[in-house]
Amino acid sequence: MKRLGDFLISPHGSTEIVMGNTAIVRGMIESGVRVVTSYPGSPTPEIAAAITAISKDKNPLYFEFSTNEKVATEVAFGASINGHLSTVFFKSVGLNVAADTFVQLGHMEVIGGMVIVIGDDPGANSSQNEQDNRHYARLAYVPMLEPSTPTEAYTMFKKAAQLSIERYMPVILRMTTHVCHAKEKVTFSSWTPLPLNHSSRFNVDNGPYIPLTTKLVLPLKRRALEKLAQFAADADTSSLNTVINNNNPLYGIITMGAPFQSLQDVLEETALKPDILKLGIIHPLPKQLVADFLRQHKEVKIVEELDDFIEQQVKALAYDMDISTKIIGKQDYEDWLNEYTPEKVSTILQKTWPHLLADKKPRIPLFHWSPRPAQLCPGCGHRSAFHAIKQALDPNDITVADIGCHTLGIMEPYNMGQVLLCMGHSSGTAAGLSLFNNSRKVVAFLGDSTFFHAGLPGIINAVFNHHNFTLILLDNGTTAMTGHQSHPGVGYNVNGPTEKITIRRVLDGIGITNIREIDAYAQAQLTEAVKAALTEKGFKVIIAKHPCMLKAMRERNAAGKPLPPSVEITTDCNQNYTCVSAFACPTFQHNDDGSIIVHKDLCIGDGSCKQTCPTKAILHKRPKKEDNS
Amino acid sequence: MPEIKMDIYIIGVGGQGIGLLSEVIIRAADYAGFPVRGTDTHGLAQRGGTVSSCVRIGSHAHSALIRTGCADMVIALEKNEALRGLNSHLRDGGTLIYYDTQWQPLLVRLKKECLLKSEDISSECQCRNILEYQIAPTKLSNPKMQNIALLASIAKHNKILGITPLHYELALNDLLEGNKLENNLSLFRSLIAAL
Ligand code: SF4
Ligand code: SF4
Repeated sequence: MKRLGDFLISPHGSTEIVMGNTAIVRGMIESGVRVVTSYPGSPTPEIAAAITAISKDKNPLYFEFSTNEKVATEVAFGASINGHLSTVFFKSVGLNVAADTFVQLGHMEVIGGMVIVIGDDPGANSSQNEQDNRHYARLAYVPMLEPSTPTEAYTMFKKAAQLSIERYMPVILRMTTHVCHAKEKVTFSSWTPLPLNHSSRFNVDNGPYIPLTTKLVLPLKRRALEKLAQFAADADTSSLNTVINNNNPLYGIITMGAPFQSLQDVLEETALKPDILKLGIIHPLPKQLVADFLRQHKEVKIVEELDDFIEQQVKALAYDMDISTKIIGKQDYEDWLNEYTPEKVSTILQKTWPHLLADKKPRIPLFHWSPRPAQLCPGCGHRSAFHAIKQALDPNDITVADIGCHTLGIMEPYNMGQVLLCMGHSSGTAAGLSLFNNSRKVVAFLGDSTFFHAGLPGIINAVFNHHNFTLILLDNGTTAMTGHQSHPGVGYNVNGPTEKITIRRVLDGIGITNIREIDAYAQAQLTEAVKAALTEKGFKVIIAKHPCMLKAMRERNAAGKPLPPSVEITTDCNQNYTCVSAFACPTFQHNDDGSIIVHKDLCIGDGSCKQTCPTKAILHKRPKKEDNS
Repeated sequence: MPEIKMDIYIIGVGGQGIGLLSEVIIRAADYAGFPVRGTDTHGLAQRGGTVSSCVRIGSHAHSALIRTGCADMVIALEKNEALRGLNSHLRDGGTLIYYDTQWQPLLVRLKKECLLKSEDISSECQCRNILEYQIAPTKLSNPKMQNIALLASIAKHNKILGITPLHYELALNDLLEGNKLENNLSLFRSLIAAL
């Protein structure tokens, strides 16, 4: 087996098939990064998987999952001003959480260098929006590079690190989902490990690091602008931007990132290829380079995913420089939406220059195929919890979802969760919903990792301001949705064992007295607890706890332990379909003759379904001495 | 280097082992000396939703994503996903290989939609001149190895010209070790011998 952890720290060069996320990690090691921090979120968690694949005693990187993106950014910043090259990475919306810290970074002399890796998610594959984080680069006066392939992710990371070290300024590497996850063969350079410098290099003379009052803030901002202007001037001749000359004086295209790859695919079909300016530096704009490119063409199309970030600047630049080239940006709202896949780019080019590409007619499908949304795993404790909670609620009550696997409770047949904003919003939103509201009970959900990430301020607010709602903490003992990362409540971090910070102790410490703790599989008890809580005044917390069963089954599998036998349907079944229609474990499926099948490939034999059958027709033969966790 | 242009769209349900199957094909193509790229779609799909993966072999491929209606081959690990992949990505005249098992989608389980029949897939394939291979479920000791059953059939029938069983084995060797490697390799070999 080829071990990821081995070639990532090999002193020799090599060529490996890797995804963009993995390629970055080799870039970190070759660049001499020492400190890496993160909070898990798609599309970036494989960066952490690659870092932790390196054996502990040989790993040149200190790595941690911090409690949230803001803290992660602060840890990386602190390391950098102490002289260590650092990197923080997180998903698109993670930057909103980090923003308060992030917007200060451009004002600071990060003497060790600092690279911020952002995994943007055009198309909202796994996020609550598809925000375009290029705006943040402009907001904070921080340069941003954008690769379009794993190879570029690797080389651009190294370039970002080098620029950051040279100029004491943070640099953003903006990835998008299908650059993070694209796989290709990447050629890595050799690497000479440098001895670790243990000296503490923090020195106020490198600052100032205190941005307070006009007197201090304005000079810091001026310095940030000066650095950015220098960066822009150098960008004009940087090899990070490339011009592909197809000898087309008529048409040019400015593009970047994944859309550049899509564009090349689309242009395979046509002999009349426009020239292309591919930007690797997204912010600040290499003005001279863009101006020259505009001047060389009659019409220039800007193919950029999501917002009109480059378009606005190019149009302003053409106005300032008196360039009369026709600049074609976004033409309708569709151009603002979704990933720029090859078909999307093809559609856009057809709108722009109809004669350029052959028109492809979409095929009309013969048969309907059923959608298959994500769902809670077989045996998931959240399913039991939602099934039980639903019995306690009036259909008129209001349920507030939050982020985690339990968000899937919003799906049929549970329909638990009617409003969702972002990580940890549920307590705040529920508090607002409960004001001037005597007719409908408000129930908020929250997961355990999110509790520590952004949930606490809303909970403390509920206590502090005497709000009136019920919070149900769905505790599965891990950060399940993003791949089972640790969090402060589990008793270990990526580096070893830790003292568990239990949710219960935190809640007690805040002074919450109305707390109930119940195993999510104990459905009758949970229903009763929710019913009781709903009749009580004030802020009530119910902890519905059951370990993530996917994680438990994987651990069991890895340990070579067989799964418990699956459940069986006995002749007592009167086909009321509670198991399949209301409890809806994916294991239960329909047979043509109306009977129920237990899908053996899916059932994990935990037996939590047994209690849901009104005729007691689900038989669970538990082997002796078997626990169900 | 021999010329090849082969876009393969792999589709199934989260948990069926799509990731391994696609990575094996990518690495096997590389061992065979072809330029190759690809990508998985992750998202929330890991939790029992549709997952797909693109493998693009040949120098024509720039994007890691295959355009809808342009795949030369669709490999599906489940029947409903076979129909989905057939409609979204397979070109007319392409090849469909699917494992004939059924994981009923949510709306089917909730009785809001009907069960899909294999004949529906076959009639669409006939209509569009698509070569259809249905891999009948064998008594695999571990359902997690259905992906290997598909791989064996692809290797046996030489469905990707230029990639031999040896290339697939080298790829498996890169990715697995210990018992898992042994079990997968022996299944792969026995299916090739038996098919
Ligand atoms: S990963 Fe764990 S918590 Fe998430 S749905 Fe599956 S069993 Fe439930
Ligand atoms: S025992 Fe099987 S059918 Fe029942 S809840 Fe668990 S996985 Fe689902």
